Amino acid sequence: MGSDLPNTPEEVIKGLADLGYLASQGLGTSLFLSLSLGRPLFLEGDPGVGKTEVAKTLSKCLDTDLIRLQCYEGLDISQALYEWDYTKQLLHLRTAEATGRASQINERDLADEIYNERFLVKRPLLQAISQSSQTPPVLLIDEIDRADDEFEAFLLELLSEYSVTIPEVGTFSASKPPIVIVTSNRTRDVHDALKRRCLYHWVEHPDFDREVMIIRSRVPEVTEPFAKQVAAAVEQVRQLDLYKPPGVAESIDWAIALGRLGSLSLDEATMLSTMGALVKYREDQMRLQNHGIPELLEKALARAG
Amino acid sequence: MPASTVDRVSEVPELLPVGFVSVLRSLGLNIPIGSVITFQQALGKVGLDKREGVYWAGRTTLITDPEIIPVYDQAFQMFWEGFIDIPEEITPSVQRVTLVTDDDTELDDGETKETQPDGEIINLRYSPSEVLRNKDFALYTPEELAEAYELMQRIKLIGGLRTSRRKLSSKSKSKHPDIRRTIKASLRTDGEPIRQAFFEKGQRLRRVVFLLDVSGSMEAYARALIRFVQAAVVGRRQVEVFTLGTRLTRVTRELSSRDLDSAIVAASSAVQDWSGGTKLGETLRTFNNEWGQRGIARGSVVVILSDGWDRGESSVMSEQMQRLQRVSHKIIWVNPLKASPGYEPLAQGMAAALPYIDRFVEGHSLDSLTNLATLLSDEKGLF
Repeated sequence: MGSDLPNTPEEVIKGLADLGYLASQGLGTSLFLSLSLGRPLFLEGDPGVGKTEVAKTLSKCLDTDLIRLQCYEGLDISQALYEWDYTKQLLHLRTAEATGRASQINERDLADEIYNERFLVKRPLLQAISQSSQTPPVLLIDEIDRADDEFEAFLLELLSEYSVTIPEVGTFSASKPPIVIVTSNRTRDVHDALKRRCLYHWVEHPDFDREVMIIRSRVPEVTEPFAKQVAAAVEQVRQLDLYKPPGVAESIDWAIALGRLGSLSLDEATMLSTMGALVKYREDQMRLQNHGIPELLEKALARAG
Repeated sequence: MPASTVDRVSEVPELLPVGFVSVLRSLGLNIPIGSVITFQQALGKVGLDKREGVYWAGRTTLITDPEIIPVYDQAFQMFWEGFIDIPEEITPSVQRVTLVTDDDTELDDGETKETQPDGEIINLRYSPSEVLRNKDFALYTPEELAEAYELMQRIKLIGGLRTSRRKLSSKSKSKHPDIRRTIKASLRTDGEPIRQAFFEKGQRLRRVVFLLDVSGSMEAYARALIRFVQAAVVGRRQVEVFTLGTRLTRVTRELSSRDLDSAIVAASSAVQDWSGGTKLGETLRTFNNEWGQRGIARGSVVVILSDGWDRGESSVMSEQMQRLQRVSHKIIWVNPLKASPGYEPLAQGMAAALPYIDRFVEGHSLDSLTNLATLLSDEKGLF
């Protein structure tokens, strides 16, 4: 796709598919609109539906950098935006003193030397704004719901201005606003104002056919009929009312595990020994076994055809 | 944005987006004007020629919650596909809470005595709240309820703190040296670190999750308790509220409005199973699946306000309580019936839940709620 941005949702979907990410029509349209309207995209959905992966693949697809900010509680400006490299500044001061240069120039010049971009440690948000490449970078703000709500207010300001002022240096403004993707697992409500600033997309689990395609493209060593069996079995497992129904990420993990073991067809023994890649709560594993794996596999194999 | 993007339709008539949004608004969604403008721009980009394009352009610009997607779908059908025939009632006809709030009633107004059937006039003249404090909510007259609401708003719910990852700079010497600030300070003294800086671990409010039973058997209490819960939502951050009945409803947003009375009305209309049946275990399962496990209950204090009547199987209840116990910090069960003489937790759901509860308290009167508030604020004792 090069440095040009896509012209239709279909182009976005195709571009991502070429790199192994199969996006739904809805996600494709949202991404396209986010790119063409220059608005951040807010992605919500269950864990393991591929929210983070979208941003990674999009950056590859647009041939641009991915800058990732993983949110956590206590995330502050010095981790998200910038920090001064104090040790280097000290070293510079000491050198100036030792060489006798410090006594020759006046104090203000010395301060200017220290508070120079050279000593600035750029964190993800500043990196995203100060980059001047042809295509703007993809800025992934991952799991915003983990950060404190104060951070949201700060982010809101940043996302409307795309500029940051550092008192000692001046203002950094993005020549082209970065492509922003914000993800959330919904462990708490993100403030409405922030959501309104963004386009919104709820990422669903894929349907059977798309899941087969995803497994095929992610785990090439798996044959088409086998991928169908895997997807059908996962579909059955999801209906079991588990604590944590397996997401696409788990399907892929499971298919990889089966591929490594050289399985050609699903049977009870293989499923029992590889279950850990698919279902990760003890209660869920018990439930799966109590439900009866042979029966489940029978249904799955019938569905796979 | 970039010139390479071709506008499929240079001008989308404003009437279309505005008309569609008015349908959405008539279904009760709150859509700001800014989103309508974005929607119109989005339509310009994707064009009007395909159903998919229009559908997703609207969904991505107008919707910010997965819960309202069904409403959106319905509106979409109505407006763009001409389904005027609405199969189901959209605004659920819910029983609303009738509010008898009388702001003019002063607490030590002797006149309220007339509404007291028991005739304890002397007590009443002194302070009606004294009598109310211990009275069972189920026995309240509407006037007394109004007064109780007033009193409830004064119950301060502060506490439940936990150590945060955020560090605060400390004035005094502590175990944790703050290298960054020490070096920064040393710049002022020619690079000599003369003054040492320290930090201390900060503290944050622990999240409190209220699960309020609104089934028929709790009717007499639920209406009073929701006021208490509301006081908590308005008074403090990090509070979540859900109602349990035949289904799970999240009412945090509705309750957080500053206009207290309309907040209660909004919350009550959001709850569709008010005074319905009880499927406590099942609803708890929904809570665990959709909210609890994902993070809302993690490390939080969960307060269940219920009489423990459950028509479902008790194995479901105990399994779900066990799950909840594993992710939450503490579980407090508030049972209004506990105060009745000779009460034993024999109700099926209650008995199944009991082993997983940290504190089992009363919740039938103002006094007991004040105690609950104290319990919640006491970070040194229980928490």
